[in-house]
Amino acid sequence: MSGLVTIDTAPVAARSDRGADDKEVAVKPPPFQYAAPTSVAEAVELLGAHADDDARALAGGQSLVPLMNFRLAQPAYLIDLRRIEELTRIRTEGDTLVIGAMVRQSHAEHAPEVALGAPLLAEALGYVAHPPIRNSGTVGGSIAHADPAAELPAVVLALDAELVLAGLGGTRTVAAADFFTGPFSTAIGSGEILTEVRIPRRAGGHAFVEFARTHGNFALVGVAAVVELDGGTVARASIALSGVAPVPVRATAAEEALTGTVPDDASIRAAVDAAVAGLSPAGDVHGGTETRTDIARSYLRRGIELALSRAGDRR
Amino acid sequence: MPRHEVTLTVNGRTSTVSVEPRKLLVDVLREDLGLTGTHVGCEHGVCGTCTVLRDGESIRSCTTFAVQVDGAEIRTVEGLAKGAELHPLQDEFWDKQGLQCGYCTPGMLMRACEIIEGNPDVTHDQVREGIASNLCRCTGYQFITEAVCAAAARMKADSAETTGAQA
Repeated sequence: MSGLVTIDTAPVAARSDRGADDKEVAVKPPPFQYAAPTSVAEAVELLGAHADDDARALAGGQSLVPLMNFRLAQPAYLIDLRRIEELTRIRTEGDTLVIGAMVRQSHAEHAPEVALGAPLLAEALGYVAHPPIRNSGTVGGSIAHADPAAELPAVVLALDAELVLAGLGGTRTVAAADFFTGPFSTAIGSGEILTEVRIPRRAGGHAFVEFARTHGNFALVGVAAVVELDGGTVARASIALSGVAPVPVRATAAEEALTGTVPDDASIRAAVDAAVAGLSPAGDVHGGTETRTDIARSYLRRGIELALSRAGDRR
Repeated sequence: MPRHEVTLTVNGRTSTVSVEPRKLLVDVLREDLGLTGTHVGCEHGVCGTCTVLRDGESIRSCTTFAVQVDGAEIRTVEGLAKGAELHPLQDEFWDKQGLQCGYCTPGMLMRACEIIEGNPDVTHDQVREGIASNLCRCTGYQFITEAVCAAAARMKADSAETTGAQA
């Protein structure tokens, strides 16, 4: 959050909101009503009933609460999903890893099912802020928040995951490729909540690498890669980037450039060139477009090489 | 705005407070329960001085509404010492000068507590990596790392002694 916001009104606003109770000093977040339902059905019903209050779902709160402390978000109604048991579980259905939206990031990071079914996700989770944040932050919350620099959106995009959304009319499933619609914007409709992340198991080697000014900060560039080899030839490659566009992007051209090749320095370079050809990351104080493109180039190479080395029989 | 009853067990003592849902855990600890050991710093989860343990896991109490931890067990810096006897971490922070201004110390101690309780054999590098979640602008982290490692070694020795005595 730091660097993105200007705080100019918080202390004044906090004072004006103070009630008759003298103990109510320096309250930062704007007032809101709160409910903690125990079922998805109840949650979506509340969401629908309070749509006029800009009702929002509250997951771990590690993005929403800071935004509310700065009063950049002012929902009048929060529906806390923490009591909905079914959203806190991780299970495996055949070749699909199913992660409840309210599974805490630290739980997923260390879960044997995730290590087995989606090691790319486990690796990426280690880059999400710091352990005290991951102890509260949830897998679904990070994906639904859709920060363009966040790790998990790029991971679900690379893994062709599906996101399950529940609303009053039932549930629907959206492919990760169709889920991220803009910065902090997703296909989640008004009155819907994200309930599950469904990740198909992938063969091959994986890698998540990112460049951040310091570990735990928002990354300038992140790369999620899975590469499958068949007798030394790339049978399938999936690569996604974070931080280089308003939404996480699949490096389709790089995947095509790699697939069918026996990977060597030249083919990796060709894939990296293909990936950055279409990129024009927006610059800011931490790095201009050119710098970010250079970093993307470097981390794409590292990501692809690491995934290949883990895929085993390189060359 | 309707108030909510929130029951917290803080350092072993259970209290119920009636709060607005927007009240942050750190403010309930400091204002309602009078536990001002936990500090408020950046108020958006970055600096870590508000770090407390929720059911044994470190969290930021400044980015947690008290209603979100209703029913939880919370440990704060006030819960570390046993009466006049400092916790080994506090003792070693004192001994190794793991603080200067002290602003980050309550959060640093609770994060360190989680790290060494979860891993009695924690290495110097793991401590350095682990406390990266908490900012200190005075010490340069070196003395903090040394203090945490020394406390971990002491606690391990103490627990071995206790186990030995029982056997």
